[in-house]
Amino acid sequence: AATQCGPSSGPSSLQDRQREIMARGLPKQKPIAGVGQVVVVASGKGGVGKSTTAVNLALGLMAIDPSKRVGLLDADIHGPSVPKLMNLKGNPELTETNRMIPLTNYGLPCMSMGFLVDEEAPIVWRGLMVMSALEKLLRQVEWGSLDYLVVDMPPGTGDVQLSISQNVPVAGAVIVSTPQDIALLDARRGAEMFKKVHVPVLGLVQNMSVFQCPNCQHQTHIFGSGGARQLADTLGVHFLGDIPLHLNIREMSDRGQPVVISSPDSPEAEAYRKLAAAVLLRIQEVTV
Amino acid sequence: MGENNSGGNLAQVRHVVLVLSGKGGVGKSTLTTELALALRHAGKKVGILDVDLCGPSIPRMLSVGRPDVHQCDGGWVPVYTDSSKSLALMSIGFMLENPDDAVVWRGPKKNALIGQFVSDVAWGELDVLLVDTPPGTSDEHLSVVENLRKHRLDGAVLVTTPQAVSTGDVRREITFCKKVGVPILGIVENMSGFVCPHCSECSNIFSKGGGEELAKITGSPFLGCVPLDPLLSSSLEGGGDFMKMFPESAAFSAITNILLQGKTLTCLRMLS
Repeated sequence: AATQCGPSSGPSSLQDRQREIMARGLPKQKPIAGVGQVVVVASGKGGVGKSTTAVNLALGLMAIDPSKRVGLLDADIHGPSVPKLMNLKGNPELTETNRMIPLTNYGLPCMSMGFLVDEEAPIVWRGLMVMSALEKLLRQVEWGSLDYLVVDMPPGTGDVQLSISQNVPVAGAVIVSTPQDIALLDARRGAEMFKKVHVPVLGLVQNMSVFQCPNCQHQTHIFGSGGARQLADTLGVHFLGDIPLHLNIREMSDRGQPVVISSPDSPEAEAYRKLAAAVLLRIQEVTV
Repeated sequence: MGENNSGGNLAQVRHVVLVLSGKGGVGKSTLTTELALALRHAGKKVGILDVDLCGPSIPRMLSVGRPDVHQCDGGWVPVYTDSSKSLALMSIGFMLENPDDAVVWRGPKKNALIGQFVSDVAWGELDVLLVDTPPGTSDEHLSVVENLRKHRLDGAVLVTTPQAVSTGDVRREITFCKKVGVPILGIVENMSGFVCPHCSECSNIFSKGGGEELAKITGSPFLGCVPLDPLLSSSLEGGGDFMKMFPESAAFSAITNILLQGKTLTCLRMLS
């Protein structure tokens, strides 16, 4: 019912009306069947370690509370890293209702675009096709019943991030950054994007925080230092922890043996478990 | 199809080179910046077009702040880094009201802006235009290739780090280039080894040799390795001219060597 905007209506009510009209065109949020809480691991910047963090966070959540069922969804359509990091290969099988069965390793069920296409094939798709693939990955996976679904997001602030936030209720976002300014700049944009779409930011993780020479133990801050902690303060978000730069993480990742599983007693694994604990705490805080 | 004007904006640009990766965070923007600075030091006129709309890094790396973008008869005037006008830039970073603004756009809007960036920036006379891209193989990449093809596109330099998750993505990018007919000028292996400043022990934090092997497997030229250099990352934070400030560093010689590589030299006819 159109109402005249009389001289008595202020600019704020006009904005409210505009927002209301625009919201009618937006998709309605619908929870993923069987999934408890969705935690997205994002960054804005590429190459800061989202996938590595997502994998080890998911496994970390399982490690600190073995009663919880966790799943991992790789939403990076163009550069799916989860198959490599989790040492998983092959096409998913289908249920009778044509839903895809996730591939599981180390007790963690995973779904990724990487399982649906040839390893070497590029996904040269524009936004619309990416959206339809994402829809399948979100809605047509037979997860069973999960307490937490960790979603590895692609870099950037585009179609995929928007679609996930608009279509699915997200409990919170973990933003990964390295200490350098150029990454923090994008992390900041990432945080702002989540604010725009009303997804709570659980906090910031400072990845590749420091490198310790295996020979002389000298510590070098290759990518700068402390920036993420400062950014967390500036943005008023929690600081979830530091993950050091360690050869072991990359070596194990290349082999598809995430450190939390392959070197559980190492300081790196401990750092990821601490991160998992911090994330759990924050989820409880924001879900009230 | 195009008016004289739209063909005109790239008409005086001798070479256009895409800097691609597929993988995020391997150092595309860093390498684009350093290659541009190296070329400028060699006396060339260089332009950088930053089509990473969601994460524009070039303005920050060159410390140009937030100048206004002006219009002229030919379109947008690029931002110059100094009065010599030997390095011209265009990035969405200059057009945001607030540099921390997030650009949360879907494909069609991105495509429209990229079309404008390619055709409507009055670059004037340039020896080479380097195009910095975001990771992936999506709208931005398709748009920039389609739009550049109407004018000129010499080829692409692919950047990777040595580890498996990176080379996997870059391999896909190489296939993309072959599919859309973009010549591959070569592969650069970035962050290849770290030398401890204290004891000089070399640690292959992100592995080593992956880029070189990728070049072999895909039959692409290998342009060289660039090591992890804290001097490089810190100079980028400050927006300094790394090529001027640290000519003795390992990264400097690596980057200069890349420019001297056979295939790049032939294709670009850059350094005399």
